[in-house]
Amino acid sequence: MTLSRRGRAGAVVKGGAFRTVLLLSLAVAFITLGTLLVDVFQRGWPRLDKTLLTGVPSFDPEIAGARPAILASLELMAVVFVLAVPIGIGTAIYLEEYADKTKRYNRLLELNIQNLAAVPSIVYGILGLAFIVRGLGLGRVVLAAGLILTLLVLPTTIIATREALRAVPNSIRQGGYALGATQWQVIWRSVLPAAIPGIATGSILALSRAIGETAPLIMIGALTFVTFDPTLLGPFTALPVQIYAWIGQPQEGFRHLAAAAIVVLLVLLLAMNAFAIWLRNRYQRRY
Amino acid sequence: MSKLRLLPLAVVALSLSACGGDGDSSGSGGASGTIVADGSSTVGPFTSAAAERFQNENPDVKVTVGISGTGGGFERFCRGETDLSDASRPIKDEEKKLCEENDIQYTEFLVANDALTVVVNPDNDWTKCLTVGQLRKIWEPGSKVDNWREVDPKFPDQRLTLFGPGTDSGTFDYFTAEIVGEEGKSRSDYQASENDNVLVQGVAGDNGALGYFGFSYLEENQDKLRAVAVDGGNGCVMPSVKSAQSGEYKPLSRPLFVYAKKSSFERREVEKFIEYLIDNERAIAKSARYIPLTDAQVDEARRELRDALDEVKGEGS
Repeated sequence: MTLSRRGRAGAVVKGGAFRTVLLLSLAVAFITLGTLLVDVFQRGWPRLDKTLLTGVPSFDPEIAGARPAILASLELMAVVFVLAVPIGIGTAIYLEEYADKTKRYNRLLELNIQNLAAVPSIVYGILGLAFIVRGLGLGRVVLAAGLILTLLVLPTTIIATREALRAVPNSIRQGGYALGATQWQVIWRSVLPAAIPGIATGSILALSRAIGETAPLIMIGALTFVTFDPTLLGPFTALPVQIYAWIGQPQEGFRHLAAAAIVVLLVLLLAMNAFAIWLRNRYQRRY
Repeated sequence: MSKLRLLPLAVVALSLSACGGDGDSSGSGGASGTIVADGSSTVGPFTSAAAERFQNENPDVKVTVGISGTGGGFERFCRGETDLSDASRPIKDEEKKLCEENDIQYTEFLVANDALTVVVNPDNDWTKCLTVGQLRKIWEPGSKVDNWREVDPKFPDQRLTLFGPGTDSGTFDYFTAEIVGEEGKSRSDYQASENDNVLVQGVAGDNGALGYFGFSYLEENQDKLRAVAVDGGNGCVMPSVKSAQSGEYKPLSRPLFVYAKKSSFERREVEKFIEYLIDNERAIAKSARYIPLTDAQVDEARRELRDALDEVKGEGS
């Protein structure tokens, strides 16, 4: 008796302690994010102006802007979206709906994709430099960078899409088959629509990762001084690369500029994430 | 669902990528076209400032500047991918060999001077001057010096903390070659960063700190740092524009270079750009916070350009 009562009192204390630890972990994340936001806004405030969006890089931080970098980052996003989303969804559908999971090579494939998701981004940069920039002879252009970022986020897209497909209850599929639908019809008309919220969220989070990448872009020769608008097959810089270059400059003014550019990057990220949440809520169905 | 209709688009984009092989810019004559520069992140802002001014006068010429690092820049340069290579040290033998293998001929232009500056915290009132020997004792591999008293018995009993650039930097290469005596050899238990502003913050926040980086970072942070004179055998010399130009600030004053591919001179825009860079070297150096060339150095650069042009045009006709 006494033992069980002590055990109960202990459990209450443990429960309280656990809650406190959880709250503390939450606080660490929030305080870090809050500090970053406050710091970046404070530093960047004087330079959050029109010049930042319309100007081009300059030796004078007062008149320098990030227009070529912002445009190139948007173009990169477009390339990654157009390539990574369909290829990622296609791969995921195959692996989830068609592949025979008892076969050894399919399991190997799965394992590989999961490993690829954890490969450091610089490795993709080296790969891209050898095979896309030099091998394909594409050169150091927006499209090449987009292809590399696509490779980088593909594993994430595939994994997210598979999770979403797996979350669709099997009864939906069986219902379709029972009505005489072919596998293609079941996937296209029942499974995919049901999985869209998850797929959209996963894809946009993958895109968010791509927009913040610096290392592979520097590896393939993203520039720091471009004064003209980027084209798909032309030289380019990107927002994170431009920020990196500005932060290293000796003049104080460039640090304000870099902070302002970070705010722009954060706004782009937040907009994408907000869009993901909106999509999820709009299409979410419960079973 | 409509997203799936994008699939054909992806296929188009992919096939586009396959035939985009000639995307590399190899512009033709006339004062228009694209000039591609890459290399040292120390020299990058100089080339960028030159490009910005040049483009104001020649709006049809596009100049792009990258910062792959001196080594990375030469690697591209010697494959013929760039017209200009920024370098914070002279080209190395193995890089020369690569250039030769690919039949890339080049001219070296001295474009600015720099003084690697040894700095301490402003609260440090004991270190006015350090000899190369003392610096070596501090920085050589395996060094255990962690107190100012070990550097000089006259110094107070104060912890010594070290700040310096990371191993990928040309500044690191130059400092280790001149101070330790062998390039790339340094103790490794110091705070390293590729971003010199991080080093500035580190030294500014620690009473016992010692660090080194390029001269422009001292100029921009006079209130947070104090420079130390360096004795290279002929007495203590403070880093300054004058002592770097005269070479008196020994052994830590260094030249900064732009290497130009000779075959690129056949293109009018490259010739004009280099000419512009030399003629306006002072103004460019000033706007981008570099130590300008002396008159003699500018004359020498002009001579290099003339020789290179004669050679190219002589071959051409």
